[in-house]
Amino acid sequence: MHCIVTGGNVKVLAKAVHSLSRIGDELYVEPQEDGLALRSVNSSRSAYACFLFAPLFFSRYSTTSGDNFRCKMAIKSVQSVFRSLTTLEKTVEKCHIDLDKQKDRLTFTLHCKHGLLKTHNLSFQDSESLQAVFDKDSYANVFKAQPRLLVDTVIHFPPSLEEVTVSVSDERMWVRNHVEEEAEASKAMLTELCLASDEFDHFAAQAHNSVTFCLKELRGLLVFAESTGLPVSMYLDEPGSPVVLSVTDSVLEGNFVLATLSDDPSLRKNSSKGAHTAAPPPPDDFMNDDMDSYLIAMDTSIAPGPSNTGPPPPSLADDTRSKRPAAVSHKARILIEEAEEEEEETDDLDRLPNKKFRSLFFGSVLPPSSQLSTQPMTSQEVLASDSEEET
Amino acid sequence: MPLSTQSQGDDDQYVLVASLDNARNLSNILKAITFKDHAIFTATTNGLKVTVEDSKCLQANAFIQAEIFQEFTIREDLVAFQINLTVLLDCLNIFGGTTTPGVSTALRMCYRGYGYPLTLFLEEGGVVTVCKINTQEPEEPIDFEFCSTNVTNKVILQSESLKEAFSELDMTSEVLQITMSPSQPYFRLSTFGNAGNAHYDYSKDSDMMELFKCTETQTNRYKMSLLKPSTKALALSCKVSVRTDNRGFLSLQYLVRNDDGQICFVEYYCCPDEEVEEN
Repeated sequence: MHCIVTGGNVKVLAKAVHSLSRIGDELYVEPQEDGLALRSVNSSRSAYACFLFAPLFFSRYSTTSGDNFRCKMAIKSVQSVFRSLTTLEKTVEKCHIDLDKQKDRLTFTLHCKHGLLKTHNLSFQDSESLQAVFDKDSYANVFKAQPRLLVDTVIHFPPSLEEVTVSVSDERMWVRNHVEEEAEASKAMLTELCLASDEFDHFAAQAHNSVTFCLKELRGLLVFAESTGLPVSMYLDEPGSPVVLSVTDSVLEGNFVLATLSDDPSLRKNSSKGAHTAAPPPPDDFMNDDMDSYLIAMDTSIAPGPSNTGPPPPSLADDTRSKRPAAVSHKARILIEEAEEEEEETDDLDRLPNKKFRSLFFGSVLPPSSQLSTQPMTSQEVLASDSEEET
Repeated sequence: MPLSTQSQGDDDQYVLVASLDNARNLSNILKAITFKDHAIFTATTNGLKVTVEDSKCLQANAFIQAEIFQEFTIREDLVAFQINLTVLLDCLNIFGGTTTPGVSTALRMCYRGYGYPLTLFLEEGGVVTVCKINTQEPEEPIDFEFCSTNVTNKVILQSESLKEAFSELDMTSEVLQITMSPSQPYFRLSTFGNAGNAHYDYSKDSDMMELFKCTETQTNRYKMSLLKPSTKALALSCKVSVRTDNRGFLSLQYLVRNDDGQICFVEYYCCPDEEVEEN
């Protein structure tokens, strides 16, 4: 892969990297036919972000076609290439990104003013495919707003605030902080903002839903949107279904997918404003990142090895996509279909216990339920963390 | 010895008297070399030299010429003592170091000789403070035997561009590698850290390059921990000269302008970590 970014786009690329760093510690890089994809996911798999830069974003973009290359590296290393945004703006004329497969290095070369050349050779690891598939068209509620509106809303909440609840009706959106049930009434402070539909560029609320998700991961996107001036689109569905926020322009697309807390069916009330209550605290402390009560199950198959032709694996996606997480226990799971390279998975399935489902059981045990019985579930043991799958 | 207000007559007992209307002209430059507690003060008729050393591999010198001082009287050819630099700086900034325009701390520094403390008279806004700091036997500063006849490569750069590179240096790298060559890459700073390696190349045609005299290709590595303190001197300076000699020893000389626009120099000498042949 070889690409060149020039002028102001260097700063945009840098900002995207910085906003991805708010999500996870590793940057997944995948040069695709339709552009360069930079992705990140948090350790508890409850937040995922992806920036796709179209070939036109670059002054030159070339990839070896048919080459399913992907890698990951510590995001801090890439951030150190783009350390000072003000300096970038003032001095960097262009940035070359080159891949050296022989040496397992990704090279960033910054051509700066005054004849200064900065070369960063970063080592990477082969990585699994990281893709959260979501269908924005299927979402019931779609909103679009200028970033200023969301930034001004979010500013009312303290930086330490973990979760925020967003509720929508035909004409209004309410944003409030999520307070634990067992929190002491005397110590809890509830902040609620109401936004009218005319403050949005687009407001289409078909279902009156109320969703709770983690706020801090969202802030990374807002910083990016505000600095680039791009409007933010928000896709909301029922609790348990992830909320998607995206920014788009002609040459780039950024999507932030955040898992939401699902209602416990036994406590489900009318999800109208004010009546929504939190699910009872699950056995694990879901405020703890390691044992979370909501997450996005990522499909994390290993990067393709020598390809074997084998029978295509059972298509799990069709079975599971119809299972709306709302009916699952308070541990919300969203099963995501395999996006690509289905052929290579046969290797995985043979070698290791059902990788696809590992993340389902990550750190927790699901009570058996009718939906899950359709999956070839072997056991509910807690498997080791994702680091195992890296080769 | 009872301390009374200084009068001209008393000056006879001092071997060194130095006065500054603005103590910052001394304290600012000393900050550029404060990476160790102790410093060796050497005074001659030319002025004051303050030396700080680290593990016999690094030496930093700050030169404040006699002309910088409003008064500089020395009664011996050479006056030398060792003193705690941190304490000295604390005393020089005893009035809080606020930079209100027009208000400065005046300094009178007096030394009686071997065994006597260094006496500082500091005045700001009519308030006088007297500080007496104990001195020690001065150690002999290392002679790095760095002479201009053995210099193989020399460049002079405007500090602005080097400041950018130094602020971005990968601190996980144990060494800073400096390559100087009459051909590409001309002048290169390299680090080898956890994430990978990084190179900062300055072209000889760059408008930041004021002088470029490289006779042979040399690559030398220096411990990052030793060179890191030089960033303070770089921050104060407007120009820096980088020289290496035939042994790979490094000399960094910084041109610093003080508050009144006068020129002072700071220099760093560093031993190479290991001899590295051309990469």
